[in-house]
Amino acid sequence: MPLRLLKYGLSKDYPVTGDIPATPDLKPSYDVVIVGGGGHGLACAHYLSKYHGITNVAVLEKGYLAGGNTARNTTTIRSNYITKEGIAFYKEGVQLYEEMSGELDFNVMFSQRGQLTLAHTEATLRSFHLRAEMGKHAGTNIEVVDAQTVKELSPHLNMDEGGPLEIIGGLWHSDGGTARHDAVAWGYAAQASRRGVEIHQRTEVEGFGIEVGNITKVRTNRGTISAGQVMIAVGGMNYDMAMKAGVELPIRCFPLQAMVTQPLKPWLHTLVSSVSLHTYLVQSSRGEIVIGGGSDPYQLYSTRSTLDMKEHLAEGATHLFPFLHGVRLLRQWAGITDMTPDYSPIMGASPLKNLWLDCGWGTWGFKATPVAGKYMAQTIANQKVAPMLEPFTMERFASFDLLNEMGATAASH
Amino acid sequence: MKILTCPMNGPRNINEFQSFGPLKANPDPETTSDQDWARHLFRADNTRGVIVEWWRHVPSNYFFLAERNATTNEVIRTFDPSELEAAQ
Repeated sequence: MPLRLLKYGLSKDYPVTGDIPATPDLKPSYDVVIVGGGGHGLACAHYLSKYHGITNVAVLEKGYLAGGNTARNTTTIRSNYITKEGIAFYKEGVQLYEEMSGELDFNVMFSQRGQLTLAHTEATLRSFHLRAEMGKHAGTNIEVVDAQTVKELSPHLNMDEGGPLEIIGGLWHSDGGTARHDAVAWGYAAQASRRGVEIHQRTEVEGFGIEVGNITKVRTNRGTISAGQVMIAVGGMNYDMAMKAGVELPIRCFPLQAMVTQPLKPWLHTLVSSVSLHTYLVQSSRGEIVIGGGSDPYQLYSTRSTLDMKEHLAEGATHLFPFLHGVRLLRQWAGITDMTPDYSPIMGASPLKNLWLDCGWGTWGFKATPVAGKYMAQTIANQKVAPMLEPFTMERFASFDLLNEMGATAASH
Repeated sequence: MKILTCPMNGPRNINEFQSFGPLKANPDPETTSDQDWARHLFRADNTRGVIVEWWRHVPSNYFFLAERNATTNEVIRTFDPSELEAAQ
């Protein structure tokens, strides 16, 4: 065996070809320039190249592939939102995750184990009834369950019977799940680059050349290129990037923190989330318990983790699962979220004719990676906003047609 | 824990405070267009530098303003809203 390994190591077959080619030189011109090499940008590149025959595409990434919020999020996939527009959109997102490993010929480790959101008060339970009815109407698998069913779904839960945080019921969303975030990005990148899409890492967009309402040039640290269509999908940097094109987005940036414990044997079989405790937990395929919560309480551009949030998340997690008290933390981290006033994304057209927005993903972007990619690609290919994305227009703030998902987003993920 | 200096109560732990977001100029209801009203409601200062923002000391329900760097999280100063009126 060691000899065979050595022989393989020295042979021409090694190193094996990677999934993603090395960054090539920039060409002078592209049909589509995607700013941001995260999940959303790469998904859009995949759909453009596979379904719309557009392969003269450059994905520009300032750092390394999928190293921003794609790497920092807590990989919750669900569609239990509250507006009919939101549910329709995220429902298709979940369906695309169900098919993704086949679509990409890449195992994204999608695990549809269901999401259980806990109610500790009657008020929460009432909001769950509304979400469940909206979800059922739209055809998602969602129901309000009683305390006994909660106990059966997650037997390790501290029900706090008679206590101030007694669990009186839950919202059971059996469509919910989780997937491996790196694999999602890698799968899209591998597919897109196989069809000729160029992925440029360490390529920072410094500015845009604008002529009569169109972006004509994209200035990068590696040279200036011409672009037919431009899409912005840079997560926490969306506000700054859009400002470089003179577009002011209704976005405020807040850090969102999360942490993971040491790996444990599989015991947490659903995603568990508590609205009152602002805490949610999921066990990763490596066995780590991923613990997340709400955004930091004030606007900030720093990705430093805080002791306050560590205490808060640990308090919530050990309240729900008291036996976690002796478990050690491995890591804590933060990402910058681009929060919109109504907790829904901004997708579609911008004031510039050939600039398309895939922004305002706040704390809810990962689950939408495939569906945003699919419809943004359709939008860019046809140069007309896809009907699915029309409600998410930036113009909704001027016409007061908000899509209020605050209650279905904050701390529920 | 981060300390915020309240103009009325002195230095206190930041979890005693609630952020109310960046200060905005109040538009004139008589003359402002619908578009500017929408902008006033939904847009706020999101620059990476120093922002001026509203805070409340929750136990005393006292509102005040802070100048804070939104990148470094350094609080430059806090002051009573009467300073704003005095400056106008």
